Amino acid sequence: MTLRRKWEEKFFRVLTALVALLVVFVLAHILFTIVSKGASSLSWEILSQEPKGGFYMGGGGGILNAIAGSFYLAIGASILAFVVSLPVALFINIYLIRYHRLLIGVRFFLDVLWGIPSIVYGAFAFTIMIFFGLRNSLGAGIVTVGALIAPIMIRAMDEVLKTIPIGLQEASYSLGSTKTETAYKIFFKQALPGFATAVLLAFGRGIGDAASVLFTAGYTDHVPRNLSDPTATLPLSIFFQLGSPIEEVQNRAYAAAIVLTFIVLCISITARVLYRKK
Amino acid sequence: MSSVTAIPEISKDAAHFQVVPGEVPVLNIRNLNVRSKNAQILKNINLVVPKNKITVLLGPSGCGKTTLLKCMNRLTDLYSELKLDGSIEIDGEDILSGKFDITQIRQKMGLVMQRPFPLPMSIYDNIAYGLKIKGIRKKSIISEKVEKHLREVALWDEVKDRLKTSAQRLSIGQQQRLCLARGLAVEPEIILADEPTSALDPISSRVIEEEFLKLKDDYTIILVTHILRQAKRLADFVVFMYYGEIVEYGPASEIFENPKTDILKEYLRVGH
Repeated sequence: MTLRRKWEEKFFRVLTALVALLVVFVLAHILFTIVSKGASSLSWEILSQEPKGGFYMGGGGGILNAIAGSFYLAIGASILAFVVSLPVALFINIYLIRYHRLLIGVRFFLDVLWGIPSIVYGAFAFTIMIFFGLRNSLGAGIVTVGALIAPIMIRAMDEVLKTIPIGLQEASYSLGSTKTETAYKIFFKQALPGFATAVLLAFGRGIGDAASVLFTAGYTDHVPRNLSDPTATLPLSIFFQLGSPIEEVQNRAYAAAIVLTFIVLCISITARVLYRKK
Repeated sequence: MSSVTAIPEISKDAAHFQVVPGEVPVLNIRNLNVRSKNAQILKNINLVVPKNKITVLLGPSGCGKTTLLKCMNRLTDLYSELKLDGSIEIDGEDILSGKFDITQIRQKMGLVMQRPFPLPMSIYDNIAYGLKIKGIRKKSIISEKVEKHLREVALWDEVKDRLKTSAQRLSIGQQQRLCLARGLAVEPEIILADEPTSALDPISSRVIEEEFLKLKDDYTIILVTHILRQAKRLADFVVFMYYGEIVEYGPASEIFENPKTDILKEYLRVGH
């Protein structure tokens, strides 16, 4: 090897290592910041109680409203998105597969939907709510977040279905299966581990999103009891507490951030493990 | 072309592809052409497949053997770029006419592919699947048939203690036999086999070949292969294809001992 090629090799190896280190450093720094600021405020009380009077001024209580609200919202939205995404993803891969151009168009359209900022979903849903005279509610939040995460879920499912070999499809049809049977009995089973990953990915995106629920789900100090109650969410809980001038309240925001990060991390890891098992 | 009873219209080139006297025709292909966007894959195919015999489609890679096989149960529907014309008659019904329920036509044919693709379910359910979509619900009948067809492909003794485990855990040779059994369970008339031993080791290949020799008592078998020795071991009739056309068709002994065309002579010479 010439000297130049040797240096080139060395330079890019060092560059790769540096970039990788930078990414790890940023993640570690985020975790360190929220843990160092929030750990002292993290207690059983904060996890298990609704905010009491003057909570945002340093009063007692916890963020149970936001934890429960976020779970309700994300689980509801994931179920809703799943109900829509499963047939769409199967339809794309069973029926549209013959129409190559249309297929590319539909995938592009879904990717565009994926890329739309969540505040746009929130604003869009809000205008609809105003039109129908609806209040902020858990139900409205679920629909909005469901719409936000459906394209993600569809494309994630689509990517899983794309990996199914054409031979399996041929095997299914040659046994006399209809398209519907092929979709729901063969493709669904084959793709199931990948679908679990897709749902968890979308769930993780849904639970962490603040902008789409800002106008739609509202905010409250209570755990919602039905779909028409407004609901608090962890991202908004963090937002409101961080806005407080009182340091104790700010630290509680970091405690909430620990909770949210922990949830998202657990979901990501579960999703990865499920995907590997496939 | 309109009358079913009329003698098939075939080009004069195709005259010697007619059924051999004394054989019962089961599948009748007339003037079949298959085109893709920029090529003609099959050219004017005329072929009569005799019942309870092994008909081997022989020829070099890319000559259209697999496409011809896939036309027979219309798996070509999956590929939008393929355009078919002509007719393929099974039991007097033209399956290309679009009048018939394609799922029922496909159940008349069991497909064995180059590589086995077990369904993502247990060994038992792989066989039961076809029965269930045929509308058979009674558990005792299903269990009975699962055993019968697993025995038919000599797999029963190997798997009888783990019928509920995933079929994807079987060895590839076992999977191929399972796929054959799965196809047989829907009680087809014809077995379509597309190079069924190409992914298998010699011993598993031999097992499959022996199965075919036994199965021809009950089924008509159409086997695609490019392995000359396999064709010689199994074939009753041979269809030699080259560049999308049938070059020669006849009883195996005639094709192998008395080839007429130069291209077949060359193929037989190189293949040895």
